[in-house]
Amino acid sequence: MDLDDTPEQAAYRAQVRSWLGEHKDEAPVIGDPTHPGALEDEQEIIAARRVWQGKLAEGGLAGVTWPKEYGGQGLGPIEQVICNQEIAAAKVPGILDAIGVGMLGPTIIAHGSEEQKSRYLGPMLHGDEVWCQLFSEPAAGSDLAAVQTRARQQDDGGWRLSGQKVWTTNAQFASYGLLLARTDADVPKHKGLTMFVVPMDAEGVTVRGLRQISGEAEFNEVFFDDVALEQGAVVGGVGNGWGTALTTLMFERVTIGLGGEGLGYNSGRFAAAIASDGHARRDVEVRRQLGEIASELLAVRFTGYRTLTALQKGQIPGPEAGLAKVTIVNGAIKAGDLIADVQGPDALAADSQWAYMISFLPGLKSAGGTEEILRNTIGERVLGLPPEPRLDKGIPFSELRSKEGAPA
Amino acid sequence: MNLALSDEQEFLREAARGTLSRFKTLAAAREALDGDEGALPDLWPAACEAGWPGLLIDEAHGGAGLDVFDAMLVLGECGRVLARVPLLGHLPASAIVNDSPNAAEWVGMLASGERRAAYLPAQPPSDLDGSWSADPAHGSLRAGLPTAGAADADGRVRVDGRVAFVPDAPGASGFVGVATMDGDPVGVAVLSDSPGVAVEPVTRYDSTRSLGHVSFTDAPAVLLDAPRESLVAAWYIAQALIAAESLGSVETALEVSVAYAKERFTFGRAIGSYQAVKHSLTEVLRQLENGRSLLYYAGWARNGAPAEFPLAASAARSVGGRALDAAARTMISVHGGIGATWEHDAPLYFRRAQLSRRLLGGTAGASDRVAGELLAQADAA
Repeated sequence: MDLDDTPEQAAYRAQVRSWLGEHKDEAPVIGDPTHPGALEDEQEIIAARRVWQGKLAEGGLAGVTWPKEYGGQGLGPIEQVICNQEIAAAKVPGILDAIGVGMLGPTIIAHGSEEQKSRYLGPMLHGDEVWCQLFSEPAAGSDLAAVQTRARQQDDGGWRLSGQKVWTTNAQFASYGLLLARTDADVPKHKGLTMFVVPMDAEGVTVRGLRQISGEAEFNEVFFDDVALEQGAVVGGVGNGWGTALTTLMFERVTIGLGGEGLGYNSGRFAAAIASDGHARRDVEVRRQLGEIASELLAVRFTGYRTLTALQKGQIPGPEAGLAKVTIVNGAIKAGDLIADVQGPDALAADSQWAYMISFLPGLKSAGGTEEILRNTIGERVLGLPPEPRLDKGIPFSELRSKEGAPA
Repeated sequence: MNLALSDEQEFLREAARGTLSRFKTLAAAREALDGDEGALPDLWPAACEAGWPGLLIDEAHGGAGLDVFDAMLVLGECGRVLARVPLLGHLPASAIVNDSPNAAEWVGMLASGERRAAYLPAQPPSDLDGSWSADPAHGSLRAGLPTAGAADADGRVRVDGRVAFVPDAPGASGFVGVATMDGDPVGVAVLSDSPGVAVEPVTRYDSTRSLGHVSFTDAPAVLLDAPRESLVAAWYIAQALIAAESLGSVETALEVSVAYAKERFTFGRAIGSYQAVKHSLTEVLRQLENGRSLLYYAGWARNGAPAEFPLAASAARSVGGRALDAAARTMISVHGGIGATWEHDAPLYFRRAQLSRRLLGGTAGASDRVAGELLAQADAA
């Protein structure tokens, strides 16, 4: 058992650190009013972060785990974590398109055609073209295979796409989206799905910001009104959309498993908020709660290292990584509650980081799979408990929809 | 980076499981609960045969020279089957003696198990309270440590005072812990057959846990020359060990509950298929996995980042103690009414959970210690 770098890892860390030392002055400074030249405008921030992602890619600090032939470094997850740690330590932004590079690019590498790989991967890696993930729908979240966005093949082999997606991060400035659509409603629901590449500037695509509790719009709704797609837009074959989507979700778990603390919900930050209150830090009840919350959040850090160890050995992290997400979100909710109890109404002031966090967390409980569906999956796949009886097995999707009282 | 068990550690764990499987520990626990304490097998000979008494003693002194993490693996196996192996008392004591050059004559006997020691739990000062303290025999006010008088020419002292709820005190050959001398902490070792030493065996709720109130009246003791860090570390070693033991019990409680949830049917289907049951079981798994990760943290920090060992061990205790409470309660609930009967094993785990959470400063005390360590880190940042 050892948390230290091997000589090879130490050499890699030194190489990353040295690159960052040389280039960190070129990184954009965001949202720090004390810093001259700090960016405030969202458009400017995105433009600057795209340029910075390009530089990171040129320096080998983006797509660390991507194969070399697609512009990556061909390294393992441990090097990815070392790279993330060094970027954080240098206090510079990471890549803008973490969803594309972390989840969608690897899906295209696994399932895409050679044309798709050579066309899309390079610009994705360099931030020239940002991507978004078009999976969730208003009526398909936990039950993702219930997507209703419909793609119909045309006589010329191309497709026409209609429907709606939701909770889409980065859609407002994305060039492309990876979209899960129903292509056959007359087979059971997992079988009639196909994955597509969708140009976000195509005619009939409408992106609308989705404001949340905090008032900010971090996500979008995306509408598709008879959007024309080329025959070559299919990723992984017609009718294979579910298998392709599972690949993306597996990379999502890896991303969460390795980067959970990147959300900023860590014991040190919460302890600092309590430490600044001379009375609260001596209060037995406050201390007990802080200790309990912090212990669980500390555990998540080491669960991440366990995940990493498994990845290094070539094992694929299972759904149990979802438990870390449950711990992080609920721990942060309790921490926000505790800090608000200590600070009083000021914790809810408009410019308070805690007001923002408190507003963001109830939605995060459902992001990347609701807590309930995660517990179902873990109960079944990890503990081996029997599944809930299902009413949708083996039934064509069109019949299911009519049973639910809606047209397919 | 490698946060996984080595082959040797896997072997140590499997061997411990094999050793303990030779005894019907759960049946004995039930008989003890029915009043026959003599039913509990003496597991010390088996522990000696397996080399456990010397786990934390250097090889040069006849020990195994292993780490706290290895000892945690053994305690986890004890916890799985509620085995009464007096390691929680012996191992922290052996670590102090191992770090005391002037106790060299004893360390070999402790390593072989020829002599068994019990640790006198002494909680180091916190950010709120600058003094060392011991668990009280009653109530919430923490007690002071025994006091040691001036040392004679041979380095012997006289000790006075009382330490309550000492794990594995009955039958121990000697006691090792901390006393205050002119207000400063010093390591002391007292043989149990010395004049002025009295051990009052106490049983509270869990018959598988051997405890005693130990009192010293002008009792002769050896002043140990262990460094202060060793006296501090012993407390956190005890925290890590009881955390590991608790998490071992969680493993069994969860396994038994899951098996039952698969075979018990209501309304035509296994109860484990209902979300309410499934989610309560995954909640136990969540707490167990968090606890395991913190055991790894503590095991690594002991040598890899000693300054973090108090935080890591306390966090493991905080999560481990709460996990066992949740696991035992869930075990009872999943089994329905039968889980709350005298005949079932679930109450044995429940009893273990309730008492363990209150020993050695308590799970709540460990949570407070986590807060104290993090507040100090925040001040330093």
